[in-house]
Amino acid sequence: MRELTYTAAAREALAEQMAIDPTIFVVGEGIGPRGGNFMTTAGLYDLYGPMRLRDTPIAERGFIGLCTGAAMTGSRPVVDFMFLDFILDGMGELINQVAKIQYMSDGRLKMPIVLRGSIGVGGSAATHHSGNYYSIFAHIPGFKVVLPSTPYDAKGLFKTALRGNDPVMFLEHKLLLNTKGPVPEEDYEIPFGQARIARAGGKGCRATVVALASMVRKTLEACDQLAKDGIDIEVIDPRTVAPLDTDTILESLHKTGRLLIVDETFAPCGIGAEIAAQAVDRALDDLDAPVKRLNGAFAPTPYSPPLEAAMIPNATTIEAAIRDLLAE
Amino acid sequence: MTQTTDKLSKDQLLSLYRTMAVIRRTEEQLARAHQAGLIHGACHTYVGEEAVATGVCANLRTDDAVFSTHRGHGHALAKGVSPAALMAELFGRATGVSRGRGGSMHLFAPEVGMMGTSGIVGPCILQAAGAGYSFKLLNTDRVGVAFFGDGASNNGAFHEGLNMASIWKLPVLFICENNLYATEISINQSAGNPNVAERAVAYNIPGVQVDGNDVLKVYEAAREATLRARSGAGPTLIECRTYRTRAHAEGMRDAGYRSAEEVDAWKARDPLKLLAAQLPAADVAAIEAEVKAQVDAAYDFARNSPYPDPATATTHVFAD
Ligand SMILES: Cc1ncc(C[n+]2csc(CCOP(=O)(O)OP(=O)(O)O)c2C)c(N)n1
Ligand SMILES: [Mg+2]
Repeated sequence: MRELTYTAAAREALAEQMAIDPTIFVVGEGIGPRGGNFMTTAGLYDLYGPMRLRDTPIAERGFIGLCTGAAMTGSRPVVDFMFLDFILDGMGELINQVAKIQYMSDGRLKMPIVLRGSIGVGGSAATHHSGNYYSIFAHIPGFKVVLPSTPYDAKGLFKTALRGNDPVMFLEHKLLLNTKGPVPEEDYEIPFGQARIARAGGKGCRATVVALASMVRKTLEACDQLAKDGIDIEVIDPRTVAPLDTDTILESLHKTGRLLIVDETFAPCGIGAEIAAQAVDRALDDLDAPVKRLNGAFAPTPYSPPLEAAMIPNATTIEAAIRDLLAE
Repeated sequence: MTQTTDKLSKDQLLSLYRTMAVIRRTEEQLARAHQAGLIHGACHTYVGEEAVATGVCANLRTDDAVFSTHRGHGHALAKGVSPAALMAELFGRATGVSRGRGGSMHLFAPEVGMMGTSGIVGPCILQAAGAGYSFKLLNTDRVGVAFFGDGASNNGAFHEGLNMASIWKLPVLFICENNLYATEISINQSAGNPNVAERAVAYNIPGVQVDGNDVLKVYEAAREATLRARSGAGPTLIECRTYRTRAHAEGMRDAGYRSAEEVDAWKARDPLKLLAAQLPAADVAAIEAEVKAQVDAAYDFARNSPYPDPATATTHVFAD
């Protein structure tokens, strides 16, 4: 199969859907002729012009609010925010308006808005360009929160986002943007709330590891290392954290008896805490050991490479965490 | 400004009066209901400001989109929500305009282009700009309208919304209801320039200040702005100078921040009285009687409506 980068795969989904659906427009800073800071819209301006590829002033709250009104009146805005950190100025619009209007209107208004852009620690981006924050949105009723980890998933999940009627946070980890993988040319959707088994464990599989976003690749690396010692691990990528496919995680846990969640962002009140709570609540009898979490450090993200590297899990620390879990 | 009274037929004038009377009598009934304990939460009335919503909405079609604020009863009624559905909402009933989910500050009636009011000051300005964006993208001649207070004009949403509407020539009316106070804070204390309309210069769009208690002045300014928006020429900022003659919200004290003389002076310029003076007394009396019957019936309807089924408390969080 043909290989594409993660960004190209998502862009293909956008381009294909824009060709079918004239109500889609994209807003953002430099997403017009420039083609996007991360090439998210390269080539599209020439096809669709300024009304559908709209370069905005640096007014994140403003254009989120504008897109809210647009979504309520028949169009489908895609907010290309570059870095998730930038839309924190629009939190009121997001949480008080975008997430609530369908409910408050008793379902008579729809909110088909996609908010997409990069997240994650890496590349010495420092603390205002490294935010993850997905657990904040997963906490709020009204958002779907998508964390694709492969080019294949990026295309299929983006299609689903663009065809649904709910607000979607489509969050692309910056270290994944240029990674390559097989992407079919044909049209396909990947439903939200359906985890992917990123590495299937065999009969003797002894632990389940749930990994998010860029942690999926790092966890797979760690598992390759463990395999050399004959240790078999099942790895699950939830792909969307809202809705969260707990069933797939718990089915795996039923088989393995041990559970580790690897998430590069903060532990308190995070997705790992939610998964652990559900495991204890629904599958206590399956647990042969305490549920473990491996998270990034609970601090803002520093710039200097050794400091930055110290903040987040890597293949070595993941491998160690799995070995610790097996020793429990 | 051109003489409007000449342009409007007698029927049109009576219709403006009827809308203002519906708002006034509904608000008075809501105030009594609040005292009687029928309203479970907040209640911000529009008494004294009826000419603004009435004059603006008389220029709108059902498919034009209005976005409003915490003081939104008048906007909803002028856009076509019935007094019955409004009252039922404040009484928390299933027949309410938002099916009991919103109360005074969250009124949704997309069927008549009432796209929502908000308990947060500011967002309606941005959302109206967004409706304008949709209507332009979809090649229609519909317009978006934001109603907001003087207080909201000092919020960042005002700057970001007017700027974007200007650069993209969006079909939007920005209606600032300058009632001189944000809760108890005077506009002179909160704005470097209390003449809100003058700020339009900063966005290179037309800005007009009108007597917001004169429904004909409001109508005329909104007519020009609506025609301008529909023709593709872009947004207009209209500052309507007006006054709320009741407290900020029902049940709140209303003293210490403004003088009785000031309140009385504005009451003397009551928007209903100003228009009634130009109309035959018998016609006004007939409308008042009709409206009273309508509001009485609405009150009975609302009071006798069922509460929503608790089993529906979590429906419609998502569409899919
Ligand atoms: C963002 C936000 N801050 C504060 C409030 C509390 N609040 C409700 S109404 C109001 C005053 C608004 O004044 P103005 O915009 O002039 O409208 P008016 O009440 O005079 O119609 C305030 C501060 C709020 N609802 N939203
Ligand atoms: Mg005010």
